[in-house]
Amino acid sequence: MSVGAPRGLASSGQKPIAEILHPLSAAQEPLSPGLDVTVTVGVDKEAGLTNGTPVETSSPASASSLFNRLQLDDDLEADTRDPYASTETRDLFVTVDDPKKHVSTMETYITYRVSTKTSRIEFDLPEYCMRRRYQDFDWLRIKLEDSQPTHLIPPLPEKFVMKGVVDRFSEEFVETRMKALDKFLKRVADHPVLSFNPHLNAFLSAKDLNKRQGLALLTKVGESVKHVAGGYKLRARPAEFCAMGEYLDTFTQKLGTIDRIAQRILKEQSEYLTEVREYGTVYSSWAGSEEELQRPLEGVADSVSTCCRGLVDQSENMSQDFLPVLREYILYIESMKNVLRKRDQSQAEYEGRLEAAILRKQEDRTPIPVEVEKCQDKVECFNADLKADWERWQSNKRQDFKQLLTGMADKNINYYEKCQAAWESLITLLQDKQTEDKTSETN
Amino acid sequence: MMMADPGSNEEVAVIGNTDITSTELENNIINTMVERGTALLRKMEINVAEAEKRTGKNTVNIQETYTVYLIETRPAEAVPDGGTPATPDTLWRRYSEFELLRTYLLITYPYIIIPPLPEKRAEFQWHKLSADNLDPDFVERRRVGLENFLLRVASHPVLSNDKIFFLFLTEEKGWREAVLETGFQDKVDSRLKSLNAMFRVKNPDKRFTALKQYSDELNNVISQLLRVRARVADRLYGVYKVHGNYGRVFSEWSAIEKEMGDGLQSAGHHMDTYAASIDDILEEEEHYADQLKEYLFYTEAVRSVCRKHELIQYELEIAAQDLAYKKQQKEELVTGTVRVFSLKGMTSKLFGQESPEQRESRMAALEQSIQEGEEMVKDKNKECQEFVRTAWEDIERFKEQKDKDLREALISYAIMQISMCKKGIQVWSNAKECFNKM
Repeated sequence: MSVGAPRGLASSGQKPIAEILHPLSAAQEPLSPGLDVTVTVGVDKEAGLTNGTPVETSSPASASSLFNRLQLDDDLEADTRDPYASTETRDLFVTVDDPKKHVSTMETYITYRVSTKTSRIEFDLPEYCMRRRYQDFDWLRIKLEDSQPTHLIPPLPEKFVMKGVVDRFSEEFVETRMKALDKFLKRVADHPVLSFNPHLNAFLSAKDLNKRQGLALLTKVGESVKHVAGGYKLRARPAEFCAMGEYLDTFTQKLGTIDRIAQRILKEQSEYLTEVREYGTVYSSWAGSEEELQRPLEGVADSVSTCCRGLVDQSENMSQDFLPVLREYILYIESMKNVLRKRDQSQAEYEGRLEAAILRKQEDRTPIPVEVEKCQDKVECFNADLKADWERWQSNKRQDFKQLLTGMADKNINYYEKCQAAWESLITLLQDKQTEDKTSETN
Repeated sequence: MMMADPGSNEEVAVIGNTDITSTELENNIINTMVERGTALLRKMEINVAEAEKRTGKNTVNIQETYTVYLIETRPAEAVPDGGTPATPDTLWRRYSEFELLRTYLLITYPYIIIPPLPEKRAEFQWHKLSADNLDPDFVERRRVGLENFLLRVASHPVLSNDKIFFLFLTEEKGWREAVLETGFQDKVDSRLKSLNAMFRVKNPDKRFTALKQYSDELNNVISQLLRVRARVADRLYGVYKVHGNYGRVFSEWSAIEKEMGDGLQSAGHHMDTYAASIDDILEEEEHYADQLKEYLFYTEAVRSVCRKHELIQYELEIAAQDLAYKKQQKEELVTGTVRVFSLKGMTSKLFGQESPEQRESRMAALEQSIQEGEEMVKDKNKECQEFVRTAWEDIERFKEQKDKDLREALISYAIMQISMCKKGIQVWSNAKECFNKM
């Protein structure tokens, strides 16, 4: 597993946060010593693998991490058959890390450092480093969706979390969100079309985003939603898009089930943990009333508590790494469905116009107007983009789930190995004592 | 198989799966040999071979279903190579007959910690286990427990020589009558009465007080442990079984995937295997619980010895008190001192109402009674000392046995845990391989 391989944003601070390898992000990083919440996403490499196109995901902020990254990519190429691995460009690297809390009289919010390295001529400089907050990401996404309607725009982490349940400024929350933002941005930067979008350029390089123009945006979004909803009647959706829609419905349902199972496991594990802890305590207190058996019983208590620690790690990993990836995918599916709807809409529009034109043609022999042809082009373009995005998405998905599930298996194996080692050392302790006894008997 | 340990059979099997085996196995053999050291065990092999359900009318003529256990005994001579082992003598006993045997031993050997019987009803169960007395798993565990009880008695230096015990193993008919003829039941009644009466010993033996306290502690801690263990088992069961849902969802998901399909599908099977593996794991763990339970019930036997010691000590103190009182009376008679001194009283006592003859005879009666009292105290003292000596010998033996048994139980528990970990690692490694192929 590659998670954790590269560590290096030289620029980020030095306080490591709990070891959490997040598939969404990659390695973790040291933190800046700043007072605020400091969470960093390292440069990732592998992390990239989880969700996005593996190869081009990461954007290291420092030369050494870039080096690491490239190395890793080599490895990847060697053992994956990801069609995108070798074909796509790798000239834009982005990283989101180093969250900071800002407190003003008006509001409290978190900003994240967005670092860019690129050789593209569209950028004036080879490197940028900006601080952006969630709103800015949101602005970018809306802009992208608006300007690239035929493309699948990766999801952002949910804006609102269960109020009261989650502390928006807690380290864990910020870290998870940061990883998701990192994932989002990498997915965009790795996309052959989206990565050339001027809004992305502005987001990565402009001092001032000037997004107040974004207000207009909201209305536009509203419109497009209306369009979709008010749909024209579609004559026949091509079979392949029907299949996509069906696939997405089933997939989202399965992911929902997996999410519920994982949460249920977490709950069972935490209840189990409570009981096991007490179980260990009983052994300790028993040890207090024994002589010969004191050490053996203490040994059992120790083994039990080692197992508890292993389980705590395992559960934490599941709630901080496994579940967020699942949820990102559920959102991703929503984005995909949205694009499918827009495609249907554009096909419907074309069909509607075509029908009208044909009617008119029959009546007065006017030729089919250019706009209808434009519409047709638009549909074809939509179909082509969607198919390409779909292929890319499928490939990413496969990589991501492969890594996610393999990681889950690894964590479980790791847990059992820890427990096994604890019990084996207990046996050594118990048997040592026994041989001791025997020797003393024979003497 | 003749092992004194209820979990032995299983334990050996488990050991077979692990790396730690050989020394462990060796240890077991050595220990078992030591326990076989009684005359009875040198002569005969004992086991409870099977259990059978029967239906019949009980004493009040009500139809009932009960379980009988087949006791097999056979001469312990080594079977020459190629020879066939002697056919065992067999007889059937009910649990209630085991209970009668134990009560008999308890009364007859008050200074011995009588091995406990397996529980009458399943206790400290985690909820997936049946609490039904006729449940096959319960009956099987009880069979093992009863065999263990017989072996404990048979390997006891004193109990193994008991005639009634021998008859229990060898005479199906007439055994009950033989027990009743010993008259132990009368003793039961009188003993029970005194034991139930409240009495306070003035000079308790510190060793017994400490022992009693220890057995109370042991009782508490083991029952607490068993309770928590049952809850742990419940939760663990939950954790594993919930994983089984992955099996289903992976398999359903695989239906819509192309490249990932096969990997998901087979990973799903491994998740099913994982969920199913908990049944055997917990079933195995019941043996550990049974080992703990045996010692939980042993604490009752230890307390009973302590209680009997108190009773004897109390009887001794009463006798001594009685003697002291008589001696005081004599003293008063000789010196003419009366507790409440008065000239008038003294004079009347010495010269007035009582003639010298009368005094003589009173004196003689007192002397006699003092002598009897002294005999009594001497006897009681002897009895008490004898009790302490024999009881303490057995207590020492018990402590050693307990330390050894529990240490072994802990080892086999650790081995079980290791085997569970190995199973877990195995299943997840298999699953990982499938995920990797996706």
